[in-house]
Amino acid sequence: MTVSVDKLIRMAEQIGANVSISTDPDIVAERLADHLRRFWDPRMREELCRAADQGVVLSPAVTAAVAMLKSSK
Amino acid sequence: MNQNWIPYRRELDYGTPEVQSRQQVTLAVDGQSVTVSAGTTVMRAAMLAGVSIPRLCATDSLEPFGSCRLCLVEIEGRDGMPASCTTEVDEGMQVSTQSRRLAGIRRNVMELYISDHPLDCLTCPTNGDCELQDMAGAVGLREVRYGYQGANHLDEAKDDSNPYFTFDPSKCIVCSRCVRACEEVQGTFALTISGRGFQSKVSASADEPFRDSECVSCGACVKACPTATLAEKSLISMGQPEHSVITTCAYCGVGCSFRAEMKGSEVVRMVPNKDGHANHGHSCVKGRFAFGYATHPDRITRPMIRDSIHEPWRKVSWDEAIGFAARRLRQIQEKYGRLAIGGITSSRCTNEETYLVQKMVRAAFGNNNVDTCARVCHSPTGYGLKTTLGESAGTQRFDSVMQADVIVVIGANPTDAHPVFASQMKQRLRQGARLIVVDPRAIDLVRSPNIAADYHLQLRPGTNVALINALAHVVVTENLHDPAFIESRCEAEAYQAWRDFISLQENSPESLESVTGVPADQVRGAARLYAAAGNGAIYYGLGVTEHSQGSTMVLGIANLAMATGNLGREGTGVNPLRGQNNVQGSCDMGSFPHELPGYRHISDEAVRRQFEQSWGVTLLSEPGYRIPNMFDAAISGEFKALYVQGEDVAQSDPDTQHVTAALESLECMIVQDLFLNETAKFAHVFLPGSSFLEKNGTFTNAERRISPVRKVRPPLAGKEDWEVTAALSNALGYPMDYRHPREIMDEIASLTPTFAGVSYELLDRLGSVQWPCNASSPGGTPTMHVGEFVRGKGFFAVTPYVQTDERTTRRYPLLLTTGRILSQYNVGAQTRRTENLQWHDEDRLEMHPADAELRGIGHGDWVGLRSRAGETVMRADVSERVQPGVVYTTFHHPNSGANVVTTDNSDWATNCPEYKVTAVQAYPVSQVSEWQQRFRRFDREQQNHLAGAEEPETG
Repeated sequence: MTVSVDKLIRMAEQIGANVSISTDPDIVAERLADHLRRFWDPRMREELCRAADQGVVLSPAVTAAVAMLKSSK
Repeated sequence: MNQNWIPYRRELDYGTPEVQSRQQVTLAVDGQSVTVSAGTTVMRAAMLAGVSIPRLCATDSLEPFGSCRLCLVEIEGRDGMPASCTTEVDEGMQVSTQSRRLAGIRRNVMELYISDHPLDCLTCPTNGDCELQDMAGAVGLREVRYGYQGANHLDEAKDDSNPYFTFDPSKCIVCSRCVRACEEVQGTFALTISGRGFQSKVSASADEPFRDSECVSCGACVKACPTATLAEKSLISMGQPEHSVITTCAYCGVGCSFRAEMKGSEVVRMVPNKDGHANHGHSCVKGRFAFGYATHPDRITRPMIRDSIHEPWRKVSWDEAIGFAARRLRQIQEKYGRLAIGGITSSRCTNEETYLVQKMVRAAFGNNNVDTCARVCHSPTGYGLKTTLGESAGTQRFDSVMQADVIVVIGANPTDAHPVFASQMKQRLRQGARLIVVDPRAIDLVRSPNIAADYHLQLRPGTNVALINALAHVVVTENLHDPAFIESRCEAEAYQAWRDFISLQENSPESLESVTGVPADQVRGAARLYAAAGNGAIYYGLGVTEHSQGSTMVLGIANLAMATGNLGREGTGVNPLRGQNNVQGSCDMGSFPHELPGYRHISDEAVRRQFEQSWGVTLLSEPGYRIPNMFDAAISGEFKALYVQGEDVAQSDPDTQHVTAALESLECMIVQDLFLNETAKFAHVFLPGSSFLEKNGTFTNAERRISPVRKVRPPLAGKEDWEVTAALSNALGYPMDYRHPREIMDEIASLTPTFAGVSYELLDRLGSVQWPCNASSPGGTPTMHVGEFVRGKGFFAVTPYVQTDERTTRRYPLLLTTGRILSQYNVGAQTRRTENLQWHDEDRLEMHPADAELRGIGHGDWVGLRSRAGETVMRADVSERVQPGVVYTTFHHPNSGANVVTTDNSDWATNCPEYKVTAVQAYPVSQVSEWQQRFRRFDREQQNHLAGAEEPETG
């Protein structure tokens, strides 16, 4: 485990809340995923993705962003 | 010969300030023709013609006063003998500065002055540098016909209450230069001439000792004094300096230029440089006087190592310490992988040193785990301004404020944190500029002598974005915006999206009044005032950035400036006031894990290749850990070693107990610093740092101004900081063979387009330069985004207000916000080791009387302060500066534990901690907190380990 998963999820949700400026969920997810790619160490992104795989409840925006991160690996 | 060492001489003084005018006037002074701007005084014109007119009450930092009557001249065709300091030039004017009649009058004037002045010139502190003495010589004073026995002031008592300077009224000639400096330059109005006629005398406040008065010890009065009446104590004890070196202050982000006036390798005094582009000859108590830390006995001057933080230190040679550090770093990488280590660069160190640390991390450590303390202050500025305008920096020069018609100060307290710029801002306010202050506290600027804010929007902590949205809502819905600017300069689609968003009723001042606590009519009034300004300028500080929506707020500020067309010219702009001396520079130099120097993303292949070719390594293309990520990863056991140059994360970063747990879990901690600071107590390797007086380099201030830092004496530990980093890198096997910081700057310039034209030769020639400095702007860039934004079209970012997770509850019903005070600097490592302690020897908790009474807390009582992160104890300062429900403290003393209470909540975009909003409870207590007891025990243990540091075995 790198950074505390709870903290990573909280940070991702905060990013999601602040980039939720479009009614189009794909745009929100892309912005969130882009932010995570540009500013997060890849280990933190992987940890977040792992948490999603393990069934941690995430908001739709973060869930969609995680899916984008996984598909772009 | 060092060309920057100048034999000591008094700065050339033209007597009255420079006047700029398109209209030129030609006159003759003693037959010498001279052409000057209309409005120039005869005194100044004479100096420009090479003619020095005797004077005592005139100096070119102050408006003419005309009291001493020494500077009288004769002007052809005019009756009498006008004072040259108050007489403006006229076309064709014929001025005579010398005649038998003038000489007689001047001698008479001097006789009167000297009849009431001690004749102790040989033992006087300013002997050899006294304008009164000079004038006695200039007028040929040979006798005092009045004698010395008449009524006089020779027995007046000296006031030596101020720790840095004395006031000796027996030597005062009542020229009012000190009083005028306090008013015109500093803007404090602490000094006055009390009494009349023979009883006239200089008084601090209501005739109080200087130390207890309203005097802020900026030193302007001392600098202005023409005699020894106001003199530095260091000058009194050491005598006149023999040479001086121009360098740059190492305190706040104003970056004042100073003359270090020297006697050999000892600093006699630091005097603000009249030609300094950031400060124009002004200073504050820190830069002017608080340099004694550099020679404080606490300085550690020998490298030290140890295997465990619970062992005494071992003093070793530089080679052994560097070798030990390099071995430990490589062993850890072999065991845990190359990503298990990282480094933190310093905003107190030079650009060159910062550049080297990030280069070493990326090239020698082989990862991007590098960050800087800007993470915890202005990282949202970088994000917000890059997104909207295209460059991570303020848009103006400080002098731009003199063209501003409306000044908006948001979340900044310039009179405490950026005092020299605050003085300039106050000059402009006294000239009539209007003022809007957005701050939860009633900072000094809201109401001070001759200044009153038109609006003080006293919002609740954590509601910045709601407020900026409300201001923008008014601008857009009342059609106060600048459509021509928006159309020509900004992205149309983004603007429309933002306009649709900001026009929503939910963003109106009325809707948000219950959120911000600011009456809607005040918001509307302030928005109208700013939007209608010819030139509107926004200045902001950490009260903007250190929030969960710090980045959103910076976006919002940029939006507001773009919407009103307040960018791209003098008098306007978006101006972050940077906290530490080189925050801007440390960011510029690629200290963030995701950016290479010049704010270029590490994933940019073309940029990365450029650095790879220059540095001869392959760089990772992904961002590394930020500081809080490093701490979290250390606690989880995945991050094992850290190199920290010139920072004190154990005191400055939030959630102290989390930080110290992280530091304690490291297998190798390398600290490079002047002192055994809080972070160094967790170190295994201590590398002695060099103060700003002991090294060469550059600092970049809040206006992007790159200024030279010059070595005025050898490093106490033998190495400048850049040399230590280079030695560590070499020991790690990555060669760095620089011979001088100028070579590092040359490398920076070769790799960073905005620095392409910067060199030490240029800085020697110009004094300083504002980046971008390159082929298209070889003399630098005072105003950015002229004609076009750096990113092309300005980008309006939509800024939804998202309430912070840190909220008051029944358990934590108060909001804590933290800040700074004038006499102390950041963690206080420097200023606590000076006489500045006399003004602030502990951090206190400001609390509204209503909150205090409710809890049975009186002024000066011990108060417990608890949040979900931790608990500490400090004394109460009951004050109406804070609103009910809000408490405030500073973090300058480690044992006060302000950051034990602050939490890990942070800005969504940058992880900048939310220092400004912590939900807390306060209650009366009778003893220190458990944390403070542990702190004291650990501190004692570490002081013992330092005191018991073992010497190396010899033979």
